[in-house]
Amino acid sequence: MSDFVARARDVLKARAAPDARKAAAEFVAQAQRDVAFQLEACVHCGLCAEACHFYLVTRDPRHTPVHKLRPLRKAYRRARGPFAALARALGLAPPAPDAAELEQWSELLYDSCNLCGRCTLVCPMGIDIAGLVRRAREGMAAAGFAPADLYKASERALDTGSPIGVRWPALRRQIELQEQETGLRIPVDVEGADYMVILSAIEVIGFPAVIGALARIFRQAVVSWTIPSAGFEATNIGVQIGSRDIAAALLERVVDAAERLKVKSVISPECGHAYTALRWEGPNLLGRSLPFKVVQITELLDQLVREGRLRLRGKDARRLAFHDPCQLVRRGGLTEEPGRVMDTVSENAVRMPAQGAANFCCGGGGGVSAIHRAEKLRFAAFELKKRQVEQAGAEALVTACANCRNVLEEAIDERGMTLPVLGLTELVAQYLEPEPAEAKP
Amino acid sequence: MSAAELLDFARGPALWFSLGVLIAGSLWRVFAIWRLGARVDLSEPRSRRLAAGALRGIFARMLIRKEFRNSRNLGSFNAYVYHVGLAFIVFGYLPHIRFVERLTGITWPALPGWVMYLAAGPTVVGLLIALLERLGDPVRRLLSGFDDYFSWLVTFLPLLTGMAAVNEATAASGAPLFPLPVAIHLLSVELLFLWLPFGKLGHAFLVFFSRGLTGAALQRKGAAI
Repeated sequence: MSDFVARARDVLKARAAPDARKAAAEFVAQAQRDVAFQLEACVHCGLCAEACHFYLVTRDPRHTPVHKLRPLRKAYRRARGPFAALARALGLAPPAPDAAELEQWSELLYDSCNLCGRCTLVCPMGIDIAGLVRRAREGMAAAGFAPADLYKASERALDTGSPIGVRWPALRRQIELQEQETGLRIPVDVEGADYMVILSAIEVIGFPAVIGALARIFRQAVVSWTIPSAGFEATNIGVQIGSRDIAAALLERVVDAAERLKVKSVISPECGHAYTALRWEGPNLLGRSLPFKVVQITELLDQLVREGRLRLRGKDARRLAFHDPCQLVRRGGLTEEPGRVMDTVSENAVRMPAQGAANFCCGGGGGVSAIHRAEKLRFAAFELKKRQVEQAGAEALVTACANCRNVLEEAIDERGMTLPVLGLTELVAQYLEPEPAEAKP
Repeated sequence: MSAAELLDFARGPALWFSLGVLIAGSLWRVFAIWRLGARVDLSEPRSRRLAAGALRGIFARMLIRKEFRNSRNLGSFNAYVYHVGLAFIVFGYLPHIRFVERLTGITWPALPGWVMYLAAGPTVVGLLIALLERLGDPVRRLLSGFDDYFSWLVTFLPLLTGMAAVNEATAASGAPLFPLPVAIHLLSVELLFLWLPFGKLGHAFLVFFSRGLTGAALQRKGAAI
């Protein structure tokens, strides 16, 4: 068992005995220069509330993003602020957060925050509020105050490799079905491939056609690729619960697979937070640079289209709107790529209001879709997305995140609406010019 | 103590003490945060133009992104009114320029008197609206504490006492005819100096660090700033 796994198991034990002092100590440990400058700069203008879909649909002031940071701020001000010693000596320091407060804030830091970063974008002081919520979750998770559902999903991920228990036999079966469907061989554990594809559990179980779509796209573009039989799970519940130890333990499996297969690049699939976990947090979690490139599938599709390696035939005539996954677009920097790929397959792409960096989250990001008690709230938040869809007159949504897709489908169903939600990779594969072998009856 | 003696006190020991606290407190606040250190980011940057990102962060956040401009954000437009108004009054009013000149030898042209009168009205109203919003809006009320209300008070007092100290002869020559109102005005400014490094008014300098750090981090990812 690696050090990461051992420490991750310790985090899981915290749930049995939540400890407010441990949370406060972790909050303080998180308060380095960037966090401290941001906590100190807040002027309490409340503008972040107007960016948060949970506040906008409930008008509950507790859902104001910066308010969610109160325990982190209190612990920092008490122990590490520039005038902490003076404040403590004068009896003016805020009290350390206690267990009751942290139990209450568990709902605010998890159920009502998708880490979507819309608040970050609006803050006139430039405070990365979503980034600070992610830091605050470190204290909550380490001390036993994260939602029980996320601890359970973390435990499953550590035990089986996947937060919903998807193991290799399940993926192997899906691969076999896709091979039958496409007539193509899907390479597994090929050493020295250029690209290693990892998948999210939701894709494997809910949208397995994406595997066949990748096979067709990569055959036409002549891309050397493989899927690993171990370390294939892209989902990283550790990033969502906010535990660097759990995140590192899960990430280590992917990195081990890439190193074992000696691939040049790892393709992060249609999953927003998986990209954040591997591309931006990964090297920092593991404490070393990754010996391969991390490429998000949308980025690669865009590259293949621009290099003329994909021959596309026809376009979708429906009014398609792209739902921007927050962790790819707003937080991940893939602002142009999805739109360019959409244009190659869509004749009537329509833009939702605030499309792009300021788009509304699906409501399920940041682990919220895995928290059962948060379901009502995330369905409520969908109201804003629904209005955007209606304003754009979209006949179908397209996205590049399986979690967004799943969450949107659930919310659409809950509202009794009829609105297909498509995956971008599958859409591209659908409009590929048939290869000679495929064209034969 | 006579009015003249009070003015001497306000212009002398009180001024130097408050300026000392302002400068030392502000420097300490920045230094104490800076020394907390930062993690080295090991992820491969999409852009290495971090200084450009920091500058973009500092300047771009002066304006609200168009996607977030709506009638509910009226309070933020009010903030422009009183920030700009205060800047006009502090840096454009002749007696203030003379005051700085006496201390540092640095001077610059003053704005016409009518500009001052035009600036003072909206600034006072803007600050009053800011207070009413803080008291009346559930979000701001929830976020607010002693720091918010005291910071408002120490910002508003110099404006109020300054208006009381203004008269035509003073404005024209820069020399006070009535020492008591000027002494009270100076003392209220010194109260502001004494509080600024400790509370939220520190955003006057902290904003550059906060915006800059976030701007650089987002630029690193190639994300929208």
